[in-house]
Amino acid sequence: MAAALSRENIVGFLARQGILVAFALFIIGFTIANDRFLDPDNVLGVIRSSAILGMMALGVTFVVISGNLDLSVGSMMSFSTIVVLDLHDKIGPTLAIPAMFGMTLALGAFIGFLVGYLKLNSLIVTLGMLSAIHGLTLTYSGGKNMDIDDKAGTWFDVFGQGEIVGIPVPILIFALLAAILGIALAKTPFGRKVYAVGGNGTAATFSGIRRARVVFTCYLISAFCVATAGLIQAGRSLGSQNTVGQGMELEVLAAVILGGASLMGGAGTIFRTVIGVLILGFIQNGLLLVGLQFYVQYVVTWIIIILAVWLDIAGKRGRLWSPIA
Amino acid sequence: MQAGTLANYLRRGAIWGFIVLELIFFSIAGEYLAITDKAFMDAGNMLLLLKQTAPLGIIAMGMTIVMVNGNIDLSVGATFALAAVILLDSLSWPFMEELGDWAIPLAWTFALAAGGVLGAINGLIVWKTGVDAFIVTLGAMLGYRGLVFMYNGEQPTSHLNWTLVDFAEAQFLGIHTATWFLLGVTAVIWWVMNRTVHGRNAYAIGDNREAAVNAGIRVGPHMMINFVIIGFLAALSAVVFYSESGSVNPNDGELYELWVITAVVLGGTKLTGGSGSIVATFGGVLAIQLLRKGLAHIGADTSTVNLVIGLILIAVLFLDKQLNIRAKEELKT
Repeated sequence: MAAALSRENIVGFLARQGILVAFALFIIGFTIANDRFLDPDNVLGVIRSSAILGMMALGVTFVVISGNLDLSVGSMMSFSTIVVLDLHDKIGPTLAIPAMFGMTLALGAFIGFLVGYLKLNSLIVTLGMLSAIHGLTLTYSGGKNMDIDDKAGTWFDVFGQGEIVGIPVPILIFALLAAILGIALAKTPFGRKVYAVGGNGTAATFSGIRRARVVFTCYLISAFCVATAGLIQAGRSLGSQNTVGQGMELEVLAAVILGGASLMGGAGTIFRTVIGVLILGFIQNGLLLVGLQFYVQYVVTWIIIILAVWLDIAGKRGRLWSPIA
Repeated sequence: MQAGTLANYLRRGAIWGFIVLELIFFSIAGEYLAITDKAFMDAGNMLLLLKQTAPLGIIAMGMTIVMVNGNIDLSVGATFALAAVILLDSLSWPFMEELGDWAIPLAWTFALAAGGVLGAINGLIVWKTGVDAFIVTLGAMLGYRGLVFMYNGEQPTSHLNWTLVDFAEAQFLGIHTATWFLLGVTAVIWWVMNRTVHGRNAYAIGDNREAAVNAGIRVGPHMMINFVIIGFLAALSAVVFYSESGSVNPNDGELYELWVITAVVLGGTKLTGGSGSIVATFGGVLAIQLLRKGLAHIGADTSTVNLVIGLILIAVLFLDKQLNIRAKEELKT
């Protein structure tokens, strides 16, 4: 009995903190394998290159906790990047940025309306929007790549390449966004409502929470995060392909799931999503540093995602193997 | 009650009505806008359309049975690519070259077996760990793609075998080889879903898993078989397609899962499981291919195709919801 109990405790602990344990093990392993891994330059570099994915993951965390999915963030990021680059030359950067945010938020509002107020299945709606926004971007750009004409004479690159007291701007923006959204989710009534709607939508409705409005707001938050990510992406390269965000929706989702958010809704935190993002970033970097090809990370990510979710579920049900007959 | 069945009838016939509308629209619009003089409804054009439907269509049949079962598979694009790499690479193995044309069925077997094994891995994980199929196959989508890259780096894998090309380009009774495979797969999966115990159980499990368990149906093995089927079909799709083209890039098949799911949902299969039909899925893939080809015919570029398909998918979902609500209200009165 005592043995079974302690075993359950171990499983329970792994399920609750497994992702942090895994993260620590990875850091230790890679540090032993390559002493450049924990070099401050390398660490900052990894976080900087994870920032774009990370920002998108912050918004998707809200959507996932509210019990929905967002597969459109990749296309939407391409859209914001292309739009802001195009408007930069047409109306100047000061106007281009709010205009781009407005357009991206409008897309988010449209999705939020369909999923929140019309109660359509979020997987299919955002799958449709993935394709539709991709088409919109291609139509907007005429199928061409977008470049800023005068790359040397603009201050626009500060968002992607600037540094404040030695810390790259993308990291600062990512940290600021994570802090604000983390507080909004954990400490405000709105955050409580997001958990309530995702945990049990019917119960939330009966306790007077306007479910549609909460879901709608989550998609707005997601669109805002995507727009910020697009801004960083545009500032980093000052030119972009139409397909810059293609396929990122599933990587973002992988990071969010790795952070422990449940696809059923009602569970997850901003802090753990950030950990999920960092794990993906550091694995990628660590594997490259020990001399492996970039695609090895795909296989490693596969194994880690399944192990992470499996342990999480196993901890909740108290046994390792599923009861499915 | 009668109107309820009418809504049902409407829903089932909707995809074919949509196809007819597309045909009429593109035939008429084509008269004014087409870049070529050829009519849209030309027999050769329609046969080609069927052939181009085959790669996605074959996978869509597997996706239907997996979705009816209440699961989903996001890894089909990567499985497709891995099967293609194995097919083409195995043809240039030394002992295979000695076999001459007998190497072809062997290479097909290798590729198809690989597809089945990849599907089985997904199915086994879903069954034994209880992790949601969406997450398992999302992970596998990355993992299997990684395997494709590890197999041959970032280089394309190529092997042109003329016997194979001749076979793939043949037109038996005027219909292309790929189309025959699509029709064959459609017929077999239709039979499996409507005439076998496994098919009926798959519907039962997707509709109400608890009830199925209580009725003594073993859920796990059925899910596993369905994942093997979709893995096998993703490989079959690759085998049919790459026999002709003879060269595969490691990125090939990307986003296939999304196209396939779009087609299956257009055909009316529910994501929640328990409902869906193979014939309607056939309509779904046909509708998408018609749209692509039709828009190209009237001179629209690919961006329009993406835009239109995305909006149609949402519109279908909306209409389906309205019909459902109405049918339920009519049942009450």
